[in-house]
Amino acid sequence: MLATARTYTLDGIIARPVRVEVDVHRGLPAFAIVGLPDTAVREARERVRAALVNCGFDFPLQRIVVNLAPASLRKAGPGMDLAIAAALLSASGQLPGTGLADVALAGELALDGATRPIHGALAIAEAAREGGVEAVVVPTENGAEAALAEGIEVLPLDGVSELPALAAGEWRPEPPQPLALRSEPPPGTPDLADLRGQPHLRHSLEVAAAGGHSLLMIGPPGAGKSLAASRLPSILPPLASAEALEVARIASACGRLTDGTASGRPFRAPHHTISAAGLVGGGSPPRPGEITLAHRGVLFLDELCEFPRDALEALRAPLEAGQVSLARASGGRTLPCRFMLVAASNPCPCGRGESDPDCACPHIAVQRYRGRLSGALADRIDILAAVRQPSAEDIGGPPGEPSAAVRERVAAARERQARRLGAGRTNAEMTPGEARECLLSAEAGALLAEFYARQRLSGRAHDRALRLARTIADLAEKETIGAEEMAQALQLRRRDRD
Amino acid sequence: MTDRAPRACPDCLRRSWLLALLGPYVEKLATSAPGSRSPELLRLANEDLVAVAAPKVAGQLLARIEALGEEELEQQLAAAGCWACCRHTDLYPVGLRDAADAPWALIARGDPGLLEGLEPFGAVTIVGARRATSYGREIGRDLGRELAAAGLVVVSGLAFGIDACAHRGAVDTGRTIAVLGCGPDVAYPTAHRSLWRRICETDLVISEQPPGAAPWRWTFPARNRIMAALAGMTVVVEAAARSGSLITADLAADLGRDLGAVPGPVNSRASAGPNNLLAGGACVVRDAQDVLDALLGPGARRLDRHGPALDPTLAETLAAVESGAATCDAVATALHLPGPAAAAALARLELLGYLTCSTMGVYTRTMQTPPSGGPPATSAP
Repeated sequence: MLATARTYTLDGIIARPVRVEVDVHRGLPAFAIVGLPDTAVREARERVRAALVNCGFDFPLQRIVVNLAPASLRKAGPGMDLAIAAALLSASGQLPGTGLADVALAGELALDGATRPIHGALAIAEAAREGGVEAVVVPTENGAEAALAEGIEVLPLDGVSELPALAAGEWRPEPPQPLALRSEPPPGTPDLADLRGQPHLRHSLEVAAAGGHSLLMIGPPGAGKSLAASRLPSILPPLASAEALEVARIASACGRLTDGTASGRPFRAPHHTISAAGLVGGGSPPRPGEITLAHRGVLFLDELCEFPRDALEALRAPLEAGQVSLARASGGRTLPCRFMLVAASNPCPCGRGESDPDCACPHIAVQRYRGRLSGALADRIDILAAVRQPSAEDIGGPPGEPSAAVRERVAAARERQARRLGAGRTNAEMTPGEARECLLSAEAGALLAEFYARQRLSGRAHDRALRLARTIADLAEKETIGAEEMAQALQLRRRDRD
Repeated sequence: MTDRAPRACPDCLRRSWLLALLGPYVEKLATSAPGSRSPELLRLANEDLVAVAAPKVAGQLLARIEALGEEELEQQLAAAGCWACCRHTDLYPVGLRDAADAPWALIARGDPGLLEGLEPFGAVTIVGARRATSYGREIGRDLGRELAAAGLVVVSGLAFGIDACAHRGAVDTGRTIAVLGCGPDVAYPTAHRSLWRRICETDLVISEQPPGAAPWRWTFPARNRIMAALAGMTVVVEAAARSGSLITADLAADLGRDLGAVPGPVNSRASAGPNNLLAGGACVVRDAQDVLDALLGPGARRLDRHGPALDPTLAETLAAVESGAATCDAVATALHLPGPAAAAALARLELLGYLTCSTMGVYTRTMQTPPSGGPPATSAP
């Protein structure tokens, strides 16, 4: 007898529909799964058999063939256990009526028949809605997450033993409450108040957050670079609801939404031994990389000069485009990655900096070290903050301004940008044409022109100064960039050369 | 070729082409002691030089050189964007005429006006170690900047370290000549291509070698003799006890030119060379004024180091940098200023020429002083 069930397999961060066809007929007892299953899918045989037997169902001692259609698509992960079990029960006449042919099922099974959470429940629920399915059955733990997808009924299931009642229409589980997505940073997030003293570093962080500018911090080890970077998400403006859903979708696909850790803006700080594939995404089928996990949040590259060159080079196009396209033989996937880049570096290999008399680094070694900073990636960095060891007085001093106060100013500045440039856009994304249209006071224009002539700024550096000045003016709630804002921008800008 | 472009006689030009052909042969000859042998060799006439350096192919090489016609030579020069002058033309610098082993012709790229009326006391040669310390590079740049601003032509060799710093300082404020050990159209070292291009555009690059000639080890001491002869004074900024820069110093002393050295810490290996020169009686060079006094006579030309007037905030900020606050954060903390105010003040001081900022965001004080009653003109610690 033949029966089918609908399920989904995760591909990157989207779910692709899969139809499970189970055929049970006479022959030597066997259980085969065909249709490009990966090892996790193939092992479903053992899990499904044990789950059904332990829940008191009959496991047909016949020839069972499970086909996962379309046969050309690679199926990955244990999320198809539940659908296989349902189709098998239906094919062996243990589910009443048409079984569960009209709903989609996704879930991993334990040997006792209980469901286990899966990755990508939100993407699956959304794909089910797009596919015109009435309801989607997911493990209980994924219920709240899947309920974020509006317009589809979510049926959280505790175990495979509930399937007959569900199929007969005698019982429906309680609809779950959608997960509360925090747009604000959750309590306990590191706060900017921990950064004591260091007024310039604070100012750099605030300007970077307000304009979406990428930031490079240079300073000796222990000067507070990592501390400052980890406080950045807490001063970024709250996520809009659409943005929060994007972040949730990515977190869900990586299985990090259910435990409640992924709320608010993400902060990713990969170690510098990361590969290019780990950073931008890779593998087959492609899995999201750190830049996608940092979508709408902060990607912090500590020890920028230690990162493999190819990993940094791979960042360039995604930084510009806000998305990364991964081409594979089986087709291309585009993953979103609109993040703020924050990097930190020591001034020289020994970390003391050349102006320190104890620094014994030869100049050539320092140049080679910094050479990695001046590559094409550095071109995308707007702000340079020289960080120094805070004094004892600073460390023992009163706590700094809390994140909430800074966040208010940043949010107001972002609103001004959205009014001028269109929703969701920031000053950092201004085209050169837009940058040159910014209103400048006469003194500010003269200041920039003089700097341009005397320091021989490149055209790019000129526009960078304009963008930064615009952000500083937005923070100061000014329509026109004044001389003061321009002077600050000229100080904050990243320097092209010695 | 227009009449206005400087010209050289074909015989002198052929000498340059011959040197390029001899490159590998002289390299073999001079491997044991490239420093001492090459200037001696270069005193020889064409036939003798070829006989010494490449006896087996002497006839062939000479024939190849003789076959080069005047038109072909000029075509090659023009194709590389170069021009030339030789010892028989007025443009040939007076200083080079003093040297017995002076180059027959100079192949150049850039502004011929720099050679016009160039007397030894109108130029200063700044040399130093390639592996220089941050102290040496800072002093090299300051000397280059200030001496060029005072109207001297700054001569150096476009090498790593001190040479490049001196050029960089000088192109900002005045004129500079880069003397190369390869053809003037070859940017060597490659890392200095942008600096080379800038000097080609606004100033002058010269060489004894024809366009396209590759550098050899022996061509560097050979170009050192041109650097030493061009200028009235050679200043060694930093050099190890045995260094190519000291060859230039020796050559300059042999020609009767002034020799200056920048003192450094007595325990610093990078300053051993200049410290030894000082012990041997070289002029102490603490700043550009010392060079001007030695070259032109005491007090003949005074440096004007006065910058524009400063308002109280800027003066305070400047004082903070002088007392050791090197970054914006340090200044803000020292003066209890909010971050933005400190940033704006530093940017203004940089624009006014009181400060420079490195790519690492570290500020250093320049030699410029406020108009009156300002702090003394010393560089930041």
